[in-house]
Amino acid sequence: MQSSGKSQTDSNSTIHEHVACPACGLLCDDLTVSRNASGILEVSPNTCARSVQFFQRPLVDTSPRIADKSSTLQEAIAKAAEILKKANQPLIAGLGTEVQGMRAVMQLADRTGATLDHMNSYSTLRNTLVVQNSGWMVTTLTEVRNRVDLLLIIGTDIVSYNPRFFERTIWNSETMFDQDTSKREVVYLGGRGLDTSQGISPAGVKPTVLECDIEQLPDVTAALRALIAGKQLQADSVADIPVAELAKLAERLQAAKYSVVTWISSAFDFPYAELTVQNITETVIKLNEKTRASGLPLGGSEGDYSVNQTSTWISGYPVRNSLQRGFPEYDPWQFDAERMLDNGETDALLWISCFQPEKTPPASAAPTIVIGHAAMQFEHEPDVFIPVGTPGLDHAGTMFRIDSSVTLPLAGLRKSALPSLAAVIDAIEAATQLD
Amino acid sequence: MLIKLTGGKVYDPAHQVDGKVTDIYIRDGRIVEGQHDGEKIDEEYDLRGKIVMAGAIDMHTHIGGGKVNIARMMLPEDHRGDLVAHTEHCRAGCGHAAPSTLTTGYRYAEMGYTAGFEPAMMPVNARQTHLEMGDTPIIDKGGYAMLGSDDFFLRMLTAKQDQNAINDYVAWTLHASQAIGIKVVNPGGINAFKFNQRALDLDELNTHYQVSPRDVLKALSRAVHELGVPHPLHVHGNNLGVPGNMETTLKTMGASEGFPMHLTHIQFHSYGTEGDRKFSSGAAAIAEALNKHKNISADVGQILFGQTVTASGDNMRQFANAGHGSPKKSVIMDIECDAGCGVVPFKYKDQNFVNALQWAIGLEIFLLMEDPWRIFLTTDHPNGAPFTSYPHLIRLLMDKSFRNDTFAKLNLDAQAMSTLSSIDREYSLYEIAIMTRAGAAKLVGLHDRGHLGVGAGADITVYTDQPDREAMFAKPDYVFKDGELVVRNGQVVKVTWGSTHTVRPEFDRGIEKDLKKYFDRYHTINMENFKVRDDEIAEGGRGKVIIQACEGRREKSE
Repeated sequence: MQSSGKSQTDSNSTIHEHVACPACGLLCDDLTVSRNASGILEVSPNTCARSVQFFQRPLVDTSPRIADKSSTLQEAIAKAAEILKKANQPLIAGLGTEVQGMRAVMQLADRTGATLDHMNSYSTLRNTLVVQNSGWMVTTLTEVRNRVDLLLIIGTDIVSYNPRFFERTIWNSETMFDQDTSKREVVYLGGRGLDTSQGISPAGVKPTVLECDIEQLPDVTAALRALIAGKQLQADSVADIPVAELAKLAERLQAAKYSVVTWISSAFDFPYAELTVQNITETVIKLNEKTRASGLPLGGSEGDYSVNQTSTWISGYPVRNSLQRGFPEYDPWQFDAERMLDNGETDALLWISCFQPEKTPPASAAPTIVIGHAAMQFEHEPDVFIPVGTPGLDHAGTMFRIDSSVTLPLAGLRKSALPSLAAVIDAIEAATQLD
Repeated sequence: MLIKLTGGKVYDPAHQVDGKVTDIYIRDGRIVEGQHDGEKIDEEYDLRGKIVMAGAIDMHTHIGGGKVNIARMMLPEDHRGDLVAHTEHCRAGCGHAAPSTLTTGYRYAEMGYTAGFEPAMMPVNARQTHLEMGDTPIIDKGGYAMLGSDDFFLRMLTAKQDQNAINDYVAWTLHASQAIGIKVVNPGGINAFKFNQRALDLDELNTHYQVSPRDVLKALSRAVHELGVPHPLHVHGNNLGVPGNMETTLKTMGASEGFPMHLTHIQFHSYGTEGDRKFSSGAAAIAEALNKHKNISADVGQILFGQTVTASGDNMRQFANAGHGSPKKSVIMDIECDAGCGVVPFKYKDQNFVNALQWAIGLEIFLLMEDPWRIFLTTDHPNGAPFTSYPHLIRLLMDKSFRNDTFAKLNLDAQAMSTLSSIDREYSLYEIAIMTRAGAAKLVGLHDRGHLGVGAGADITVYTDQPDREAMFAKPDYVFKDGELVVRNGQVVKVTWGSTHTVRPEFDRGIEKDLKKYFDRYHTINMENFKVRDDEIAEGGRGKVIIQACEGRREKSE
């Protein structure tokens, strides 16, 4: 009962079914991963570019380094502990990890009085600030798959971030309520030159595309919100989109039975983007006075949602937060890692990136420890580098999906000598307690 | 390791012990008869003059899972008022309305509580709920899995599948989500909201499925009973918070057709429509009906004044109430064809007519309900008030003059609508021990908790007898968890990890064929990944899974 015949966590087996893929926030778990004779993993079917890159990256066997010299794991752990112990304002950033890794990090942060920031905070905060200011009405992927009749996509093609979104939740062949999914309507609002090909229905119906520059989304979303609220607009067009077109869109939203409005916060690359997210979510709330509509924030990578959730239940706060004063504090501006590094407000940086070797730390004068993917390469060699396994490849873990309601187990799929982040962090924490 | 607790005045209602001076012996975490011949006592506590009870059990408290974490994320301003620095034994966190998990565990233990049960664990969100409970130290915990608005179940009802199939699905859900009970929230209503229904009364039909809340309650209460699950179906009824909802509640008591049922936070469901403002107390009628229906139990969901946050699976009602939120913000979600949630911060004010009357209604129900074994002390944390207000609530129940003094300061119109000051009853220590220990353990199905008999887990709380019951219950002298001293003078002195209680009734695994098909066709996760494994709960030495017996298992339905 508790586990299926083919255990996900048994790294001896060569074929793993229903494997969850942490390469994007969708966390598709319909993958089969097999290991060939030379130890390379192959993923099939239901692949996408992201999952292929994630699973088929070869295992790299690196040893820890201190000042660019190979060391034992114990030596590297001792050195990392020494740096953190000496620091008055340690900063733990990057945070490319999952639940178990973040649990360990939170304990270390408590012990060492560290500040915490995730590499995607700039983006996730655009959503978090809205939740904290006004709240929202949102839905989850299985609801979308079975219920959506009108999908409004704001400022993104989705597929660059979540490649299988349409296949899995829009153009699925069956729904619970006998909807003909090919009749689902898709509207792209904002952005220019987006790849809208996946918005074409299986019956060949093209999506509505209303283009504008991404920086003009504040105006366009405010106009749509006003129209949904029944306001008259004096202008004929907003950011080159005729108001008549927006009015038509408003009518379609009001007529829909279960519309879903989606966005990806990292695509909103303009100042005060949280206000645009709020325009969207308040539009959704307004629609719900009469019909049903839901928001759906998409995107997600590097464990950002897992880190936020774990940090929130352990400290009360999502990132960016700090335990520097012995109790948790939350301040999206003050605890911005990049700002702190630029300002010299930290005297030790622990950078974590377990999923992608490309995510290296920003240049910094502070003593730097990197715990991360074994294939990481540095322009500036850190003081300590400890290679660790990747959750979902080298060891088990737990990950939150982008819609936050679903958490899935990640599997250990291959034999690896690399320790988990949690094991390394626990050892560093223990070492900081030694005199 | 043998510990002797010497000379305490013991209140152990499970064994009809009402304040008798008795020695208690603990060996290796369990209560034992006494010393073996020649066995030496390793530790002795002189408890002469002290009050001894089993550790308290909160049978309904929102301590983990998606909606609780949304509440935490939403309320940085509330955390700021109660930030908790790390100490020698405890890690940092925050308290008040939506406390962090670690602080939750410490503070429950510091109040003499040794177990708490998350009452609205969505099966699809069970993994997160267990993760959060896994970071909640010291206390034991468990969850009630939410069913009744999930599409799989409603499809079964519409297809008129037989009761045995429903029982199998209910049992499968208990296993998959590692739950100890089944909860239903606004029966069928969370689902109806997805079809844009805005209210659902007991006999109103879900427009798509053409089934009523009554159908849901009947099928689920029977399933829970026939599977032998000790905890009766845990029901958050329809029409929460709606004036006049007492009629729905009275009808709901009959809806299980004699099967046991627990009506939760009944205060929120005991409103009449009398008076100028069309809002009145239904407490007398509700208590009378509870007294009569021996198959029905209830917890109160007392409100207390101040800032809190309401977190519920009932997104239909939470959406309707979102406008009353303070500060004004809310998160409302439809979730995974499984259920939904709604989180709305709320500030109860003693000069507000409705809030003051809600306060009085809760207390009236406590005081008019005759059988303390069928009524339970809750604030529906944090919906009525944070759990840290329990000592205050206990004083209101035990101290009539304190209660009347408090009442006299409330909104005058509300005072005029309540009979509270005419009720003389004061709860005794024995009755408090029933409500918060013996009765709660029996109701949840914790066979070795909530009592001090030989063989029980040594979860024990020791208080100094004080006339100020709030002060007394706020700060126990000692708390033992599984025989280890975890709290002294109201402060944590040792951090342990409690266990997770579950039930696993037998069932026909053939149901998985239907479930697999359902998951593959309609869901976005694989059925196997839906199941929470034991090792996910017990990882890293954070406690273990305890399987409580389904002793009352009945023969299958004909």
